[in-house]
Amino acid sequence: MNQRPAIDLADLPTFGHGPRSPTWWGTLGFMALEGMGFALAAGAYLYLATLWPNWRLSAPAPNHWPGTIVTLLLVVSLVPNHMLNRYAKQCAMGPVRIGMVVMSLLGLAPLIVRWFEFPALNIYWDTNAYGSMIWVLLGLHTTHLITDVGDTIVLTVLMFTRHGYSGRRFGDVGDNVFYWDFVVLTWIPIYLLIYWVPRLG
Amino acid sequence: MSSADLTSERDLPPEREASARGDIAPERDGPRDTGMDDASLHRWLARTWRTPPGIIGALSSVDHKVIARRYLITAFLFLCLGGLNAVAMRIQLSGPQRGLIGPDLYNQLFTMHGVTMMFLFAVPIVQATGIYLVPLMVGTRNIAFPRLNAFGYWVYVSGGLFAWVSFALSMAPDVGWFAYVPLSGPEFGPGKRADVWAQMITYTEVSSLAVAVATIVTVLKQRAPGMSLDKIPLYVWALLVTSFVVVFAMPAVMITSTFLILDRLVGTHIFNPAEGGDALLFQHLFWFFGHPEVYIIFLPATGMVSSIIPAFARRPAFGHLGLVLSLIAVGFLSFGLWVHHMFATGLPKLGASFFTASSMLIAIPNGVQIFCWLATLWDGRPVIRTPLLFVFGFFFTFVIGGLTGVMLASVPLDLQVHDTYFVVAHFHYVLIGGSVFPLLGAAYFWFPKITGRMMSERLGRWHFWLALVGFNAAFFPMHIVGLWGMPRRVYTYPAELGWENINLFISAGAVLFFLSFVLFAFNLVHGALRGTPAGDNPWDAGTLEWATSSPPPSYNFARIPVVTNVEPLWAERVALPVASGLRVDARELIISTVAEAHPDIREKSATPSIWPLLAAIAVGATFLYSIFTPWAIVWGAAPIAVTLVGWFWPKGDPEDEE
Ligand code: HEM
Ligand SMILES: [Cu+2]
Repeated sequence: MNQRPAIDLADLPTFGHGPRSPTWWGTLGFMALEGMGFALAAGAYLYLATLWPNWRLSAPAPNHWPGTIVTLLLVVSLVPNHMLNRYAKQCAMGPVRIGMVVMSLLGLAPLIVRWFEFPALNIYWDTNAYGSMIWVLLGLHTTHLITDVGDTIVLTVLMFTRHGYSGRRFGDVGDNVFYWDFVVLTWIPIYLLIYWVPRLG
Repeated sequence: MSSADLTSERDLPPEREASARGDIAPERDGPRDTGMDDASLHRWLARTWRTPPGIIGALSSVDHKVIARRYLITAFLFLCLGGLNAVAMRIQLSGPQRGLIGPDLYNQLFTMHGVTMMFLFAVPIVQATGIYLVPLMVGTRNIAFPRLNAFGYWVYVSGGLFAWVSFALSMAPDVGWFAYVPLSGPEFGPGKRADVWAQMITYTEVSSLAVAVATIVTVLKQRAPGMSLDKIPLYVWALLVTSFVVVFAMPAVMITSTFLILDRLVGTHIFNPAEGGDALLFQHLFWFFGHPEVYIIFLPATGMVSSIIPAFARRPAFGHLGLVLSLIAVGFLSFGLWVHHMFATGLPKLGASFFTASSMLIAIPNGVQIFCWLATLWDGRPVIRTPLLFVFGFFFTFVIGGLTGVMLASVPLDLQVHDTYFVVAHFHYVLIGGSVFPLLGAAYFWFPKITGRMMSERLGRWHFWLALVGFNAAFFPMHIVGLWGMPRRVYTYPAELGWENINLFISAGAVLFFLSFVLFAFNLVHGALRGTPAGDNPWDAGTLEWATSSPPPSYNFARIPVVTNVEPLWAERVALPVASGLRVDARELIISTVAEAHPDIREKSATPSIWPLLAAIAVGATFLYSIFTPWAIVWGAAPIAVTLVGWFWPKGDPEDEE
């Protein structure tokens, strides 16, 4: 059909940070659906916990220390994570590279402690449903931890190549920061569910 | 234009680095469309947006229209396969004590029928329609995250193949489409059949979720300038709400099937009451997904109806805002209802009454929608063509399905007819009436856009009447035989019960209904090859997909439209306002703000890539292997990581760099 020029967009920028960019919204979408997965798994745990009066089903209490150390590491990592976000917004290559290396290390550290967290649960997944559920919760979070750390490392390498000098890459760094917040945030309720909720009753 | 022209223009000095702050390489600017004549513009864009030739090229395509076409054809083939399952069951049931099909095969047949129809036909086909239409309707050049979209397709086909190859090997699930424990659990479900169910579900839902996220972001961020929230077409609203329902409902079925495979494979006890688990937990989790699932299928269909009716009533939809609010309300309410599938499990009384009430509440927004549609027709000058006929078929069938639904929402009646053919009749009225009839109307309506040719109107009318009569002949009597007590999921029945005549009648109806699809398939093929050329806008409809040629070019719109009205083509009859200033040598499209759709960024859309296919193969192989050993997850991690890095690593195209 016939057309008439109405507006000219030649001066629009070619990238944007945060909610301006579609990738941010995509990340949010995946957080929503993964968050739903966490919520349902937690719901299933609570459902079983309220169903059986002697929850923990006479299993020994877990040793909370590895989990607590993971929690501390994750919470501390939020500080450099948000500094990194600021540098990404300024498109400052030097600090962003340092920040990405720091965040890769701060991703690996809880992963190493996590290795000791599974035995500290003091029960196996096939002992009873309580054991199954805490392994499932911990496993679900560990999957997220591993994929995000992998993603962070690849992006770190990318920032040291010539492909790093682009607005899009700095946007990717921003989205990576955003997703790490999600990984930290989802851990808190799971930590409470595994280590502290059973002690209440 | 020779290629020399292309390079000389590519070397234009960059004219603008305004937005570049910090350590960013300046944009290597390319030629823009401003003031370019139509012929060169088409040449440039066709070159930039084309899908590369050859097999590898075809497998690398990220064009939403190409992917959607594959999706549509694949989903239609699965409909035919699921239909053949049904015909086989009906032949076995056409008389008492027939020995054609034994109990074991019959169990696989109804399970495969249900699984195929729900997971491989109904949901994928509505999503596929959305993949095709949503980017066109919002006036953009490709879906958001085109590679994720391609990945979704590959996951979907391979998941469907997995199920059907298992069926061919007599390894298909035989535990019903919802695979309740304990029947599907480690104790009563030996062999690999229930594992096939679990992994196939988890895997194919990955594709639904991927498409849902891509759809949401397309609608929120890629709308043409000026398409503020109040100017979004109703069909697009429907797909947006549906995609949100997918995002919040599908994880539930993935959790269910994952818990099931864990119980079966590594000995967890989540559903095992003997060790502190619970079998009803399975049903809660499953129906938390299962009830919204019905609306995932139904909401897009209402969006189709809301597109078809204004086009043929020759006026914009009556009560646009009311229709949008109803869609949103249905989306929310769909999560409040799951327990009504579990009345027979002896829930506490008060809980059951609450769920009865909320099941009935959803009738309100649905009533509003029906009222608005009738008002649109009443006030317009309806032109009766095949798409509208199917909309009438939808009204008629869906009302009957809704009535029996209200009956089932009352606990005493549900307990009476639970697991009888009354329920089978009810959900086919809802599913086929509420979704397949509008889909058929939509096929006639949008076929000209997809192929550039019209389907035969005369055959279309025959098809409609054959489908309506066949459907009702097959399914209406099921209510009766259900009230007589015939249970579902039985492979035969004794002659003394006197059910043979009515069952023979039902089977004849089923065959008639199946034949209507054969006629439809003929009309599709005939239309694609011989149909009369359609032109851009054969129905003189008002939304943006009709502003471009039929079929649309790879880049959808040579210039992005600027929207001033809900029915932009009716508001701007003389000349459509358009935007300029985009690059023509890179895949540029416009990112706009969420509420007002102010143009905000010139974003680069992803180029074709083979990696989504490779990633799907890596993920699929991992799932397949995981049926046999949990170590598959460990072995599969490396290939999956490699393909994902390949997917996201920049290749140096302009699309990657800015
Ligand atoms: C050719 C048209 C169709 C015919 C003749 C047909 C027939 C049947 C019959 C006879 C059953 C009951 C089997 C039994 O309980 O023994 C059944 C079950 C079912 N049908 Fe259909 N059907 C058709 C189309 C569809 C469509 C389009 C959908 C969904 C969109 C669908 C979804 C289902 C589901 C979910 C079940 C339940 C399976 C189970 O019990 O696990 N059907 N169908
Ligand atoms: Cu329901």
